[in-house]
Amino acid sequence: MALAENISVPHTGKALKWTPDQPIISLKNVRKSFGPVEVLRGVSFDVKKGEVICIIGPSGSGKSTILRCINALAPINEGSITVEGQEVHDPKLNKLALRKKVGMVFQQYNLFPHKTALENIMMAPIHVLKQPKAEVEARARKLLAKVRLAGKENSYPGELSGGQQQRVAIARSLAMTPDVMLFDEVTAALDPETVKEVLVTIRELAEEGMTCLLVTHEMGFAKEVGDHIYFTDRGVIIEHGPPKTFFANAKDERTRAFLSQIL
Amino acid sequence: MTRAKDATVTANTQNRRDAAQRASRDIIMAGLPPQAQRLPNERWGDWGADDFTRGFFSRRAGLFLVSVLACAILCGEAFAQFGPGGQERPGVIQTMLNWAPLILFGRPGEFGGFALNIVISFMVMAIGTVTGVLLGIAQVSTSVLVRKPAWAITQFFRNSPWLVLLFFTILLMPFQIRVFGYTIPFPDWIKATIGLALPIMANISEVTRGAIQSIPTGQWESSESLAFSRGQQFRLIILPQCIKRMTPPWMNWYAILTMATSLVSIVGVSDAMTLTKLAVDADGRSEMLIPMYGMLLMFFFIYCYPIARLTQVLERRYNIVT
Repeated sequence: MALAENISVPHTGKALKWTPDQPIISLKNVRKSFGPVEVLRGVSFDVKKGEVICIIGPSGSGKSTILRCINALAPINEGSITVEGQEVHDPKLNKLALRKKVGMVFQQYNLFPHKTALENIMMAPIHVLKQPKAEVEARARKLLAKVRLAGKENSYPGELSGGQQQRVAIARSLAMTPDVMLFDEVTAALDPETVKEVLVTIRELAEEGMTCLLVTHEMGFAKEVGDHIYFTDRGVIIEHGPPKTFFANAKDERTRAFLSQIL
Repeated sequence: MTRAKDATVTANTQNRRDAAQRASRDIIMAGLPPQAQRLPNERWGDWGADDFTRGFFSRRAGLFLVSVLACAILCGEAFAQFGPGGQERPGVIQTMLNWAPLILFGRPGEFGGFALNIVISFMVMAIGTVTGVLLGIAQVSTSVLVRKPAWAITQFFRNSPWLVLLFFTILLMPFQIRVFGYTIPFPDWIKATIGLALPIMANISEVTRGAIQSIPTGQWESSESLAFSRGQQFRLIILPQCIKRMTPPWMNWYAILTMATSLVSIVGVSDAMTLTKLAVDADGRSEMLIPMYGMLLMFFFIYCYPIARLTQVLERRYNIVT
């Protein structure tokens, strides 16, 4: 179901028509400031359905802010962001309808500590989508098995390792059947051994055709699963391209400097 | 190498802890107060229900109770010796026992005494908690029009002397209200209850606000990204996590409140304090002053000390978990 069907037509009165061949996410000249600090200084890019986009760049370059703006967790100052043809920062937008379509996974997992793994996954479909409990539970169990955590249904987040918690968080987002998944440095807080298990989960998602936006420091992973790499620095996109050409012969001096430090 | 060593150490501590817990449980079951069950390296040991009972019946608490009571009685006896003698009078302990039922349960056919103190404390806490939690939530509202007044109300009642608030409610409120022909009486003790509920409300409001703000922002963000509405975020995610954090300070305020219920005697409610004074006056024996008020202190102590103790236990336990 297209997002446009769920939400009110914006005040412009323009008919909303979004077809899957159009970009599912589109950023046009997005600017965003935190007080006097301008963190995004004109960011534009499109994401097609089923694409896996990796955003890389030094810390403080506004990578995470881009994801937060797409999910309307942070307002933008200028420009436009559309998701499935719907302007995200339209004041009349039903933000909840948008968020049902856009899942987000955070660096610090942010699981609900007072609920078990299964309950964490079930909460949003039951209370937000108002789906029947039995159906949601069956789906939640399947999702847990999918992220290789069958048997951990009744564990509390505090009893799970970081990698396990992050996979529960991914399953929790997937339970809302989003069209797009945003991953905000999901492996940054994990130790090298557990990074792999999370990345495998994300790769499987990507292979299934989920549209993914990843902010990541895992260059190897970006190279492997990414369809397109964007390099940001100080609030602007410096360079972008498919991983093969991007990593092999970066044109910009800053990109090369960054890559030489990382790789 | 180090990791293996650590694991052994943890296992050892665990075993020792289990053994200590078993031992303390056995001793309690045998009805004997266990002492010095603490682990060598941990000052407080592993706090649990056993420790609570152990703490309450500890030598320290018992000694305190007995010594205060003994002091009171001795003072009484000493004064009795030097008081105007002549006629046969009941002893200090006998007099205390005679008056105890009155002080505990009020005049015959009337509800009062220490039981009234406890009833007032329950009601104040119930009213104060419900209003306080709502006020606390209002304090973190996204709307300035809600947040600012809630803040002002909280600060006003939190920084007002309880006794002054008590006088205000007693003097400002009518003794009865007529609604649709029904007359709802407003006895003094109800008014006093409302008077005490105001500062409790303000303090619980602060406790609630603090608890809400101590929840990591990630919880708000992740639930927001899962499309929970703000009401759902509060109800399903934030407040359930707050309950644990709020319980120790909440109990602390309950203990403080119970002690403060003796203030209602000043506005003419026949609580334990009022009745103690009446009893002393009725006897007309000045040597009974210290023993009688000593007994009253004991009543409050016996009621409040376990609560304070349990609060400590919960604080420690929740510190470990969260």
